[in-house]
Amino acid sequence: MLSHPDITPEMKQRIDEIIASHKDTPGAVIPVLRMCQDVVGYLPVELIDYISRGLNLPRSDVYGVATFYSLFSLTPRGRHTVRVCLGTACYVKGVKEAMDRIGRTYGIGSGETTDDRRFSLEAVRCLGACGLAPVMMVDQHTYGGIKPDQALEILEKYE
Amino acid sequence: MNQHRLDLMLCGGTGCHASGASEFKEALGAELERQNLDREIRIIETGCNGFCAVGPVMLVQPEGIFYQQLQPGDAEELVEEHFLKGRPVQRLLYKEPASKETIPIMDEIPFFANQMFRAMRNKGQIDPESIDEYIARDGYFGMARAVNELTPEEIIEEVKTSGLRGRGGAGFPAGVKWGFAAKAEGDIKYVLCNADEGDPGAFMDRSILEADPHAVLEGMIIAARAIGASRGYIYCRTEYPLAIDRLSLAIENARNYGLLGEDILGSGFDFDIDIYQGAGAFVCGEETALMRSIEGKRGMPRPRPPFPANKGLWDRPTVLNNVETMANVGQIILNGGEWYASVGTESSKGTKVFAMSGDVNNIGLVEVPMGITLRKMIFDIGGGIPKKRKFKAVQLGGPSGGCVPEKYLDTPVDYEEIAKVGAIMGSGGVIVMDEKTCMVDMARFFMDFIQDESCGKCTPCREGTRRILEILDKIASGHGTPGDIEILEDLCDVIKTSSLCGLGQTAPNPVLSTLRYFREEYDAHVYEKRCPAKRCAALLKFTVDPDKCKKCGMCYKVCPSGAITWQKKEVASIDREKCVQCLACYDACRYDAIE
Repeated sequence: MLSHPDITPEMKQRIDEIIASHKDTPGAVIPVLRMCQDVVGYLPVELIDYISRGLNLPRSDVYGVATFYSLFSLTPRGRHTVRVCLGTACYVKGVKEAMDRIGRTYGIGSGETTDDRRFSLEAVRCLGACGLAPVMMVDQHTYGGIKPDQALEILEKYE
Repeated sequence: MNQHRLDLMLCGGTGCHASGASEFKEALGAELERQNLDREIRIIETGCNGFCAVGPVMLVQPEGIFYQQLQPGDAEELVEEHFLKGRPVQRLLYKEPASKETIPIMDEIPFFANQMFRAMRNKGQIDPESIDEYIARDGYFGMARAVNELTPEEIIEEVKTSGLRGRGGAGFPAGVKWGFAAKAEGDIKYVLCNADEGDPGAFMDRSILEADPHAVLEGMIIAARAIGASRGYIYCRTEYPLAIDRLSLAIENARNYGLLGEDILGSGFDFDIDIYQGAGAFVCGEETALMRSIEGKRGMPRPRPPFPANKGLWDRPTVLNNVETMANVGQIILNGGEWYASVGTESSKGTKVFAMSGDVNNIGLVEVPMGITLRKMIFDIGGGIPKKRKFKAVQLGGPSGGCVPEKYLDTPVDYEEIAKVGAIMGSGGVIVMDEKTCMVDMARFFMDFIQDESCGKCTPCREGTRRILEILDKIASGHGTPGDIEILEDLCDVIKTSSLCGLGQTAPNPVLSTLRYFREEYDAHVYEKRCPAKRCAALLKFTVDPDKCKKCGMCYKVCPSGAITWQKKEVASIDREKCVQCLACYDACRYDAIE
């Protein structure tokens, strides 16, 4: 039913549990997509099809939701997600230079992943930490006051 | 409960966290234990204190002494000197930048002294994870009054008397909105809290949720009682994991205390709240889009009427208020609407929380009485502009707002007065900009944001914002042609009048307000191919003016690509081949010597 090189049998079991526990909840598609993405790391199209069958929803609906919200990714993600805040405060404080340097150093643009799946780079809207501008988040950790050189130094620590 | 000699209220907000609060907490805890003080002194991790600029910060209670910029290495001295010998550590206290005077007591620091705390009255004062501490500060008393003593009509009347207006941006009177929903017919009604704080530069909702989650729950329960709702949702951004954790815990504790769920306080009234996590879409801050999102659909707005008060979530009567609005409700019911309305202006009552950031000394969250002037807020509380630069403009209300130049700084904080000068109160983002900010670049930044977040449902917003961005790009890159500015004005007018929802209708505001006050900057870009603020890289020459250069070498030190040659007592020069146009030298030069 669901076969994809990035989805292991254990993952599939988790996915089935998630779908089963939300089957009859109206409006559950967003939480289900989120939880499934947490399991697999991203949402391959085959998985979206599988979810739509499981929730008994048209594929177009589920695909429509998955592509509308920026949280969902239909392509593989890196081991670490680098979120560079492009909110107003960070912008005023020159975050763009840091973003450009990261992009040039690792050869990726916003929304892209390095070939070795080490980093995914994302330009995000205000992280709500304007007091520390410019701000970058690597996975769940927030770094404030980043200059281009520091940003690169921080990233070196993540394998 | 154990009585403690001292409570150390350590800020655990996002700002202080990133500046190393948790490392400090660990060191302090170990030190207290080592000195056998851990039974008489306890550390409480609070929500955001607001003074993010000097984090990590800690308030020592009941003394009221305020420490700033704490590092793990400071723990030993603090415990030894202050907590054992009673001598506050001078070097860690706040120093007034201008007078160099040390101010030990938090309430006397100008940043705090000019504020008035209502929505944020518990921030940094209680442990946000303890329902008992919230109750000890009159928490849930307003709700108890609403449930046991007042009729729904009396609750709505009280909120109307308070003059409380929606703090999310539009400023619609909360009591009136509740009145509509109370009258609407429906088998089930909903109360929603909008915690999808998306405006770049606004973080007050996050802060309230992290510092005082019960205040939001209390407001929602009162709203539910007023309109007869039985279900509630808090729609929270997924980017706020700490807020979601604290809310979940608060909901669980409130249920255990019988303050949420079935038969609240034995009154027979049932109401329960769930958290709904957003999935990253700015437009979901719009009320109809938010409701579509909870229903599991693409978060797109729909035309109104019908208004959500009649047909909202799942087509049932629904009240939606934002976090800050909800956080005010409990105190209004407890102290009365007249108490709340005793502060403020004719049409705007109470207080408003602002998130101040950008080129200002005291970055952080401030809560001020309505009617205070922008000047007072930015210069007295905010401490003015750093690096001895000049104030240029302040952007109010995020991407839907506008900028206010120097000459209107005496405008009072009031929904109508701010609208008159071309900005909006909005959710309360205050981005201060100094003379080195290019207004064309700023407008371009906001338009880039808006066109990216436009949901695509209506054409004026989807296509129009993209066209505006293209023209701004063209102007900023030095390819502007005569007539571009006029086309911009036309486009703005069409988008404003014909878009479906608030996002589109306000999208042109940043362009309109920069055109209104800084048109000469647009002209300089278009006709002279010059960027007066020196931000638009394509219009810069990257050469050093030998007359202005003071030979200090600052540009040489900051250049990331080694493009600048400089020696002591020599004028610097830039190698255009190596230059990556990052503008670091422009920022670093204090003499405006780089052309």
